Amino acid sequence: MTDSVPLLEARDIAKSYGAVQALRSADLVVGPGEVHALLGANGAGKSTLVKVLTGVISADRGAVSINGTSVRISSPAQAARNGLAPVFQDPALVPDLTIAQNMRLTGASAAAVERELRALDLAVDFSELARDVPLPMLRMIDLARALAREPQLLLLDEITAALPSDLAERVFTVMRASRERGRSVLFITHRLKEVIASCDRATILRDGGAVATILPEEGGEETIVEYMLGPEAARAVVSAVEKDAGDVRAAPAAARATAALEVTDLSVGRVRGVSFALRSGEILGVAALEGQGQDDLFAVLSGQQTPASGEVRAGGHVLKARHPYDSIRAGVVLVPADRLQALLPQRSVRENIASPRYNAIGRWGPINMRDEGRRVREAEEALQIDTRAARQVRRLSGGNQQKVTIARWLANGFATMLCFDPTRGIDVGTKRQIYALLRRLADDGAAILFFSSELAEFPLVCDRVLTLFGGEVTAELAGAASDEASLLRAMHGLADTEAVA
Amino acid sequence: MTVTTAVAVPQRGGLARFVRRHGWTIGIYVLLLVLTLFWRSQTTVKWGPFDVQSLVIDALPLCFAACAQSIVIISGGIDLSVGSMMSLANVVSAKYMLHMSFDEAILFSLAVVAGAAVVGAITGLTIVVTRVADIIVTLAMLFVLGGLALAVLQVPGGGAPVRFQSLVSVDTVLTQWFPAALLILFGSFALLWLTVRRTRPGLALYAIGSNRGAAYLAGVNVKRSRILAYAYSGAFAALGGLAFTAASGLGDPNAGGIYTLNSVAAAVLGGVSLLGGVGGLIGPIAAAFVLTLVKTLMILRGVDQNYAQVIQGALIVLVVMIGGLAIRQKGKGS
Repeated sequence: MTDSVPLLEARDIAKSYGAVQALRSADLVVGPGEVHALLGANGAGKSTLVKVLTGVISADRGAVSINGTSVRISSPAQAARNGLAPVFQDPALVPDLTIAQNMRLTGASAAAVERELRALDLAVDFSELARDVPLPMLRMIDLARALAREPQLLLLDEITAALPSDLAERVFTVMRASRERGRSVLFITHRLKEVIASCDRATILRDGGAVATILPEEGGEETIVEYMLGPEAARAVVSAVEKDAGDVRAAPAAARATAALEVTDLSVGRVRGVSFALRSGEILGVAALEGQGQDDLFAVLSGQQTPASGEVRAGGHVLKARHPYDSIRAGVVLVPADRLQALLPQRSVRENIASPRYNAIGRWGPINMRDEGRRVREAEEALQIDTRAARQVRRLSGGNQQKVTIARWLANGFATMLCFDPTRGIDVGTKRQIYALLRRLADDGAAILFFSSELAEFPLVCDRVLTLFGGEVTAELAGAASDEASLLRAMHGLADTEAVA
Repeated sequence: MTVTTAVAVPQRGGLARFVRRHGWTIGIYVLLLVLTLFWRSQTTVKWGPFDVQSLVIDALPLCFAACAQSIVIISGGIDLSVGSMMSLANVVSAKYMLHMSFDEAILFSLAVVAGAAVVGAITGLTIVVTRVADIIVTLAMLFVLGGLALAVLQVPGGGAPVRFQSLVSVDTVLTQWFPAALLILFGSFALLWLTVRRTRPGLALYAIGSNRGAAYLAGVNVKRSRILAYAYSGAFAALGGLAFTAASGLGDPNAGGIYTLNSVAAAVLGGVSLLGGVGGLIGPIAAAFVLTLVKTLMILRGVDQNYAQVIQGALIVLVVMIGGLAIRQKGKGS
């Protein structure tokens, strides 16, 4: 479809990290004036390919050419000189410098960046230190800086993953504007709806190679998923989730009576007078817009923060957690969105899974390696963790890392699991495995509190959903009834959805 | 929309923000002032310009050492070879300057500073190329440079032209309250540091110390910046060694030993974060004066030298702790 010379052409790119082959032989062709999506399951090699293209790492093999001329990109600075401007999920702004100094550091004209920000309808104080600016805003500044360079190709690596929807919308506007001006965008995301709505073509990676380049509008989500997972795997996962979803409707969780977690009139930070009960065997969703108190709620329950007032009961006993240790001992455990917050990145999968076992002082002394090994193996098998790179957790893909955080608690026992956006930045296939896993845990008697920034997850995962707005519970919906439209209305505090199921 | 509200960063007043950002530096200067007033009240004979002069002579080598160390720490490293570099510069200058004229001595000093910068750059290059940790390579350099200093001059000796010595120990500028040594200190600070502080290479030093990954992704040449930091360290350490030569009129291969860890103390006390990316040189210079003055005060009051060290160590922890608490308190308020 691009009969002219492609803007960017990458052929046969390969890269290995030790024994793990992240890219076998990946091809990518982006035409001029095109919004191109790069898709793939976690571990398919998307991040590696982007890092190669932007000079963050060097490939073992392969050729890159820009506008038909072959180039060697060995550093981010060189990528910039070749007209490539990346925006990474972690903004490339130095926290201890002011925004203005950050611009000077990279030779960006502050005036041009400010103009781009104004075009995005954002106002920024350039004399503020970067560390004092909220993360979503830093991401937008990073984007503006990239745009100010007037790049031929803008690479957006999961930029929308943690952006509130209004800012994400502005990113799409930028993508459309770039296309109109004949510039190209390479867009990496896990949100397939965004791809179908905004992208001209999509290249799908699987197991380190490009599987197909398709027109996303024609295929739709299911086609993309099929390419990402391979045909059989996709069918298996889909049917498993459908079956599980069916089970939810068949056996309402209300049947089980014991409350694993009871929250009464809790106030802390933004949270004001929240009460709810979470029963064993139930998955209770918490849906909210950015900053409605969900962070504070999860922080209190996991023992990171002490409440201003109110009571939390776990397993019937009052829980006054002053430290995460207190919550964990009461059987309330946390799976955070940021995996690296929970894991020991330099240590092995086994140590990570076993680590909570060494909390109690009574466990000092020699470790029962056989018992540990058995529990870890069981957890690994239950979660289908890919242990090819098991010696250091940081080398696992995001999805596998998240499975390890869940496996830790599985191997060590818990009563209530707090999942705060557990699928952030994880691919569709692994997401579905995690949904199925949460359901299985609940069937085995666990109570699960589930927050997600993706509304589509609630009907798939939850028995009931609470919506928070301004720190208060605004509605309670049945899981099956928690479609996006009803959730959105309740999340904005609109009263007409008080139809408690 | 929640974010747009967070975006509207309140435009705080310029002065308030200045105090907020440079609170630590202001604090250390206040501490220096308080200590000076205390010092003045403690002297039995009339306190005068001579006392100021002797304090500056005493503090000058440590001031330079603090600058050397601070630049490296700001860039995210640590330099354990500062003291040995000072010894080397000291013995080399004392050995060869002995029979030089004043002009020759000045030229030779410049050559020593330039040479030390090159040696520092080699240290940095070694770190960057071998990927061995900063602390290990500079620990090795501590022995290498210390050994070289001993090879140049086995026992204390040598000397410098009288005119050269008086630059630091006698001369004053305009009034007798302003020793020429201070002018040399601030002159080299301005010439070497202020010229780059706000330029891209200077910002890059802060960037690689603050978040090396982000700096790399932003297109900063991390390797070159790290080498630059060690080159600076070498140059400032050599100035410290030369200051020692001028102040004492002699070369001592073990002169620098105490300065390595004292330079870290001065950097930390002066508001440089050991995590990198935060601080400057103005604070550590004041901290070097504070540390020297504390020592002087102890001697004045007849405190046992061994306990003096205990008190000095306790003071460092106390000041850094109070500073840390103040910052945390402020963080809660906003």
